[in-house]
Amino acid sequence: MTQLRLSLRGVHKAFGAKQVLAGVDLDILPGQSMVVIGGSGTGKSVLLKCILGLLRPDRGSIRLDGEELVGLAGPALDRARARFGMLFQGGALFDSLTVWRNVTFALTAGRSGRAGTLRARAIEELARVGLGPDVADLKPASLSGGMQKRVALARAICARPDILFFDEPTTGLDPIMADVINRLIREQVAALGATALSITHDMGSVRHIADRVAMLAEGRIVWEGAVAELDSSGNPFVDQFVRGRADGPIRLPATAPAGLADNAADR
Amino acid sequence: MSWLLRPLIGLGAFAIMALGALGRLVLFAGETLGRAIRPPWYPARLLEQMALVGWFSLPVVGLTALFTGAALAQQVFVGGSRFNAESTVPAINVIAIVRELGPVLAGLMVAGRVSSAMAAEIATMRVTEQIDALVTLRTDPFRYLIAPRLVAATLMLPLLVIVANLIGVMGGWLIATTRLGFNSSTYLITTARYLEWEDVRSSLVKAAVFGFILALTGCYNGFRSSGGAAGVGRATTNAVVTAFILILLANLVITVLVFGA
Repeated sequence: MTQLRLSLRGVHKAFGAKQVLAGVDLDILPGQSMVVIGGSGTGKSVLLKCILGLLRPDRGSIRLDGEELVGLAGPALDRARARFGMLFQGGALFDSLTVWRNVTFALTAGRSGRAGTLRARAIEELARVGLGPDVADLKPASLSGGMQKRVALARAICARPDILFFDEPTTGLDPIMADVINRLIREQVAALGATALSITHDMGSVRHIADRVAMLAEGRIVWEGAVAELDSSGNPFVDQFVRGRADGPIRLPATAPAGLADNAADR
Repeated sequence: MSWLLRPLIGLGAFAIMALGALGRLVLFAGETLGRAIRPPWYPARLLEQMALVGWFSLPVVGLTALFTGAALAQQVFVGGSRFNAESTVPAINVIAIVRELGPVLAGLMVAGRVSSAMAAEIATMRVTEQIDALVTLRTDPFRYLIAPRLVAATLMLPLLVIVANLIGVMGGWLIATTRLGFNSSTYLITTARYLEWEDVRSSLVKAAVFGFILALTGCYNGFRSSGGAAGVGRATTNAVVTAFILILLANLVITVLVFGA
């Protein structure tokens, strides 16, 4: 039996009275590209942050190659994170650093290092995402949204992680740039032989980058299957979401979405 | 009776809230210092912050000290003339500048400039997920972001205050020699005679404490911010207001309890 790369069992997370995750179960095999879909405010980002250790689940288990991640701290957590690469929704590039310092941050963990060697390595990584060496010395603020996403992808893959996480990778991009990012994600995941977990509500992105798809609704995974089965799932949540209908079991949020930022102290 | 108790209840609630906020600030400082003593350290970040806090604050601190020193000399001269004590201008000027106005004004000016900048930068990093990105890249934000700022401000404020004291005294000298009829060398000799080591020590201790406070309030409010752009604005305002209040409170405590005798 193939060992699971990532396995979630009964993951719960609440913010005050609002139960965001109410028992998430999810398995991802090595080399698989899993995409979690779901409406805004359903807890997709919370799920990702629980896996990354940015939020601590109230209950449940998250295992990486069989090792429990919940409650992990210090060097053991650092070792697990060394295997992760993360592309944040807005890029989350460090404003105060140049592009090449951003790209090589995973190699140096913020320390200075050999500038010449690191800059050359950053230029190689930028080439992998279709950016020229001329952007290496710029600050992130002088790049367009699409270029920032590509730099953030270069940063995510620079340390050759074996698990990549993508948080809404195409949000805020025009359709052409979204397609570029989707292709890059697919190419880089394949090139690294990595496992990927993405969260998105962009169906174009789902069809492009997913091997398997999981639907998150009401705090649980309500359907999971191959991307080819998406249009014939027979699941009312998936059908409503894929077809973009207002009517169906997914209720529009009547209350404020789970406030991650309001729970900063939890981090 | 309830109308009588209502102000007391309000006062109590305010006291609990203020003590809670102070407690959280102290815990934040403790967590930062606890982590900062263990590697990894980031000397490049420290040097960058030392330049931002120290070098780039020199103009505003220098101008404040110059104008205040000059105005103080004029005021002491006018006040002293009421009881034929005009000659006390150099002595009072140097003691007031070194013991009180130099560190307090430098602390407040740097708080306005640096504390707000730290809060805004770190709060922006919070709302744009840059702090989360640091964590996923195995970098402790307390060591990478907070500790260099706290250490830089604590080290640089005493240096800034030495400069502020010198410029403040020279401001007094400038007015005294150009407008008040003082002899230049007599003014400087009198200034040196009345300046004691204890005054300098008091000044530097205050400066280090104020530097720590202004960086702490900036970092704390930025790090704990939430709520998008409005949250960044709130963090910046809170950082400056808290820094001002705590600097003035710390000044009183240090003056009365530590150097009052």
